[in-house]
Amino acid sequence: MRVGRISATLAAAGALILGLAACGGGGETSAAPSGDGSVVDKVKNTKQVVVGTKWDQPSLGLKAGGGDPEGFDVDVAKYVIKELAGGQDVQIQFKESASSNREPFLANGTVDIIFATYSITEERKSKVTFGGPYIVAHQDTMVRADATNIAKATDLAGKRICQAAGSNSYKRITDPPPDGELDLDAQLVGANTYSECVSKLSGNNLDAVTTDDLILAGFAQQGGGNFKILGDPFTDEKYGVGLKKGDVKTCEAVNAAITKMYTDGTAAQLFAKWFGKAQGLTAPTAAPQFETCA
Amino acid sequence: MNELIEYGPALWEGFVQNLKLSAVCAIMALVLGTVLVSMRVSPTPVLRAAGAAYVNIVRNTPLTLVLAFSALGLSDQVGLVFSDDPAINGFWLVALGLSLYTATFVCEALRAGINTVPFGQAEAARAIGLTFFQSLTLIILPQAFRAVVAPLGSVMIAMIKNTTVAVAAGYLADVAFVMKDTFDTTGVSIPIFLGIVVAFMAVTLPIGFLTGWLSRRLAVAR
Amino acid sequence: MSGRANVLFDAPGPRARLRNNALTLVAAIVLIGLAYFVYARFDERGQWRWEIWQPFVEADTWVNFIIPGLIGTLKAAALGAVFALLFGAVFGLARLSDHRWIRVPAGVVVEVFRAIPLLLLIFFVFYLAPSLFGGGDYTLMAVVIGLTLYNGSVLAEVVRAGVLSVPRGQSEAAYAIGLRKTGVMTLVLLPQAITAMMPAIVSQLVVLLKDTALGYIIAYVDLLNMGFKIIPANHFGSLVPAAIVIGIIYIGLNALLSALATWLERRSRRSRKTSARPVAPPTAIPSAAGPSLPD
Repeated sequence: MRVGRISATLAAAGALILGLAACGGGGETSAAPSGDGSVVDKVKNTKQVVVGTKWDQPSLGLKAGGGDPEGFDVDVAKYVIKELAGGQDVQIQFKESASSNREPFLANGTVDIIFATYSITEERKSKVTFGGPYIVAHQDTMVRADATNIAKATDLAGKRICQAAGSNSYKRITDPPPDGELDLDAQLVGANTYSECVSKLSGNNLDAVTTDDLILAGFAQQGGGNFKILGDPFTDEKYGVGLKKGDVKTCEAVNAAITKMYTDGTAAQLFAKWFGKAQGLTAPTAAPQFETCA
Repeated sequence: MNELIEYGPALWEGFVQNLKLSAVCAIMALVLGTVLVSMRVSPTPVLRAAGAAYVNIVRNTPLTLVLAFSALGLSDQVGLVFSDDPAINGFWLVALGLSLYTATFVCEALRAGINTVPFGQAEAARAIGLTFFQSLTLIILPQAFRAVVAPLGSVMIAMIKNTTVAVAAGYLADVAFVMKDTFDTTGVSIPIFLGIVVAFMAVTLPIGFLTGWLSRRLAVAR
Repeated sequence: MSGRANVLFDAPGPRARLRNNALTLVAAIVLIGLAYFVYARFDERGQWRWEIWQPFVEADTWVNFIIPGLIGTLKAAALGAVFALLFGAVFGLARLSDHRWIRVPAGVVVEVFRAIPLLLLIFFVFYLAPSLFGGGDYTLMAVVIGLTLYNGSVLAEVVRAGVLSVPRGQSEAAYAIGLRKTGVMTLVLLPQAITAMMPAIVSQLVVLLKDTALGYIIAYVDLLNMGFKIIPANHFGSLVPAAIVIGIIYIGLNALLSALATWLERRSRRSRKTSARPVAPPTAIPSAAGPSLPD
């Protein structure tokens, strides 16, 4: 009697937990194509897609109000998704994808496609299929406006630079190629996001934030006259469109959309919209050289 | 199993950070917790109020926020810097935040312990002319500590597990972050997870048994 | 409490009163000095500037960020609480079973989940879920399952302690009037035990509510995420104000729950309906707090 009741209760609890799993997975617009369909098919067929962007990066992807995030990445995403659907409107659900979450979100299918300052690197290519790049940023360095001892990137030796979790900009300073670049002996200060890095920079535990000029441009603009960007770019950061590993079909469709975005002038228009006021950034005139879809 | 072997050294390095944090925090939290409980039972109303306010504020704040604030607020803005080396500074900031947080639980455990000391003890202490400090340090606290060895053990176990939240303070060296970083590369790995769990249990279970045994041995016979 | 503590010192005489007053003065000066030091350092770094505090008096900030974040936090906490209570009830009773094959596995489960750091558990579920259920958004699920397994295990111990705190005579009397095991448990032991367990359960729910903040680390959209990451990204430099404001919200929520716990404790102590002693909150049970062996 007792045994029967207890096993019944256990079974009920098990069912509840499974039910929870199901509701966790299917509650909202569910990401990831069921089976092995590509994202482009999903966009065409269901007119729904989950897009990962940053939520805390001014001018690129910033959740500024109750609605969708705003910024260059977001606008590119909207353009590309519309192209993928053959010009039709698609219901886009934006999902925050911090640097440290991008790989798992793609692998897990939490998001279908990522536009989040996602640099194409050899290491990441083994885990992610990249469409694009849709723009090429350059790593630069931002320091406090009154800093006099850092004038160029190589001055960072022995200085304290920011390591944002999941971003590998710091490696360009501290490591030799291929992963890195300058191979300097800088000290790393950990942070969860670049906004934390910038906050630290305004304090006294950090000497420089070094990452892509597009990211820095937004923060510098926000920070008024508190920060300056060195204007000494030293890498090419190819911002790719992150896709689940192996989704070649979508990758090719994304590349076609990006080509169109540049030929019809949208790219230049969006760049001017978000980075027009930033100093030292030049708008690209043609689509970047695409990587091979794999 | 292969992943565990391949990434074992990096994970172990992370776990050593957790152990170091635990050791430092155990000492700081016990000392600070004792100070706090002394404040809370002191004859000075200001100290009592300050102690109570501190405990109620910090205890009800999520640890994630306490740690993030110790790094971004106390260090970056107030200028609390332990070392010019960011790695060492980061370590001590986590240690500080976790100790400040854990001390409130130590304080509450000790306060419960003081409640177990019979009236007569304090009355006798006063009768033989001991001052507040003497009766607290010679009579009350020694008995209170003995009564709460097991709960203090639980507080310490919770603290050791909480060292994994170090990542919230931007301290990217502890085992939880290393595990997450590894999962980004390998995908989920059950052996790695179980390996870390076993490592934590290897530390926490003996502490549980030891404090359980001690609490029976040290129990004040009444 | 304060009544008990007062027994540590005498009603002060003239000299002691003088000493106490001096001590009060010194303590007040030290505390005010400390507060002023922090205030001054914040001021030096411009942390009291109106423009970085202003967002928090604007309705938009609350409507767009703080309230949606709070809803995220409460959603995770509510789901976690419901499932943790179920988990705790099932495993707590299973640990009291007369059958070894139920008792021992239940004990192992409870002890193991209590020993795993919650953040690791959340990470693990977050990475494991997609390989079990296919793609999807698992941030909420990872937080809820993590909270359920950990807090459920702690609550299982509370349930066990609650049932055991009912005097033996109660169950003996119940058996004597011919009730079966189920009847003894559901009609006699549990109703009394629940009253005794209430304060302990509520204080564990405070822990659960605080732990939802761990979701921040896997980018679950909760109060901490909205308040500590998105708001400062929108309003430059307002990180410290944001930490203070959402800290106050968390403290307020927990204070409400804690007040509920205190009230319930008083009520259950007064109540004549139970013969069980109130179960102490999990971190303060002198005898059962250490990890006991699965028996």
